[in-house]
Amino acid sequence: MVYLTRRAEFSASHYYHNPEMTPEENRRTFGKCNNPHGHGHNYILDVTVVGELDPRTGVVLDLKDLKTLMEAEVLRLMDHRFLNKEVPAFAHKIPTTENIAIEIWKLLESKLPVGKLHRIRLYESPDLYVDYCGE
Amino acid sequence: MVYLTRRYRFAAAHRLHSDALSEEENQSVYGKCNNPYGHGHNYVLEVTVAGPVDPATGMVMELGFLDGTVEREVLERFDHKHLNLDVDAFRNLVPTAENLCIEIYKLLRTNLEVSNGARSARLERIRLEETNSNFFEYEGQ
Repeated sequence: MVYLTRRAEFSASHYYHNPEMTPEENRRTFGKCNNPHGHGHNYILDVTVVGELDPRTGVVLDLKDLKTLMEAEVLRLMDHRFLNKEVPAFAHKIPTTENIAIEIWKLLESKLPVGKLHRIRLYESPDLYVDYCGE
Repeated sequence: MVYLTRRYRFAAAHRLHSDALSEEENQSVYGKCNNPYGHGHNYVLEVTVAGPVDPATGMVMELGFLDGTVEREVLERFDHKHLNLDVDAFRNLVPTAENLCIEIYKLLRTNLEVSNGARSARLERIRLEETNSNFFEYEGQ
């Protein structure tokens, strides 16, 4: 079993707001992240796939295929977007790093040609990241 | 279950010296780290917490709570201190990065769990980089 990780970067804006909370609660819970016009990050996405080596090629899966898949399923949707307004999954869900990681898992899980999705690691900044392994 | 990791930095001095060893043994085990007046590092600390995502906030743990706890329990205690001389835990314990890692785990384990009344998020792992070339991890076992 070999674990292969491919990295991609995307930039997006978001803000944190729960319509069920009062403005004061939102402010207290989310701080600066609650500023209504949003702010942005350069996200770094590490997608880890686990699988057996193909004896003919010596690889788990074709890196090009994984790169294309990440571009088609994730970057096309999220890169240079306002996540709250432009990504349907976040119309009613706060686009925290946690929720974005879970959403990326859902987007990729069933689409791998070979191997199995093992982990989504999403850096919001060099000092903050989230791991999600599907459970 | 989502794992959230946050990175912090602090700078501290220490000297590696064990009273259980002779002068020669201390010198041979710890090398330069045994120099009597100590030396320092820029430590990089990664704190990983794990738990379900709270639907109201979209978060495993509110960052303000995590930052505040780490600031109070760890950074205020260790940052710009001499670990052997200024920190009670290391009066009789060699402040190796291993022991420091375990000490930080103990400090945060209690405080992150006791004060976080909202949900079942908990401390998962401490990762401590002493230099770019060595790091240590502790998960409580």
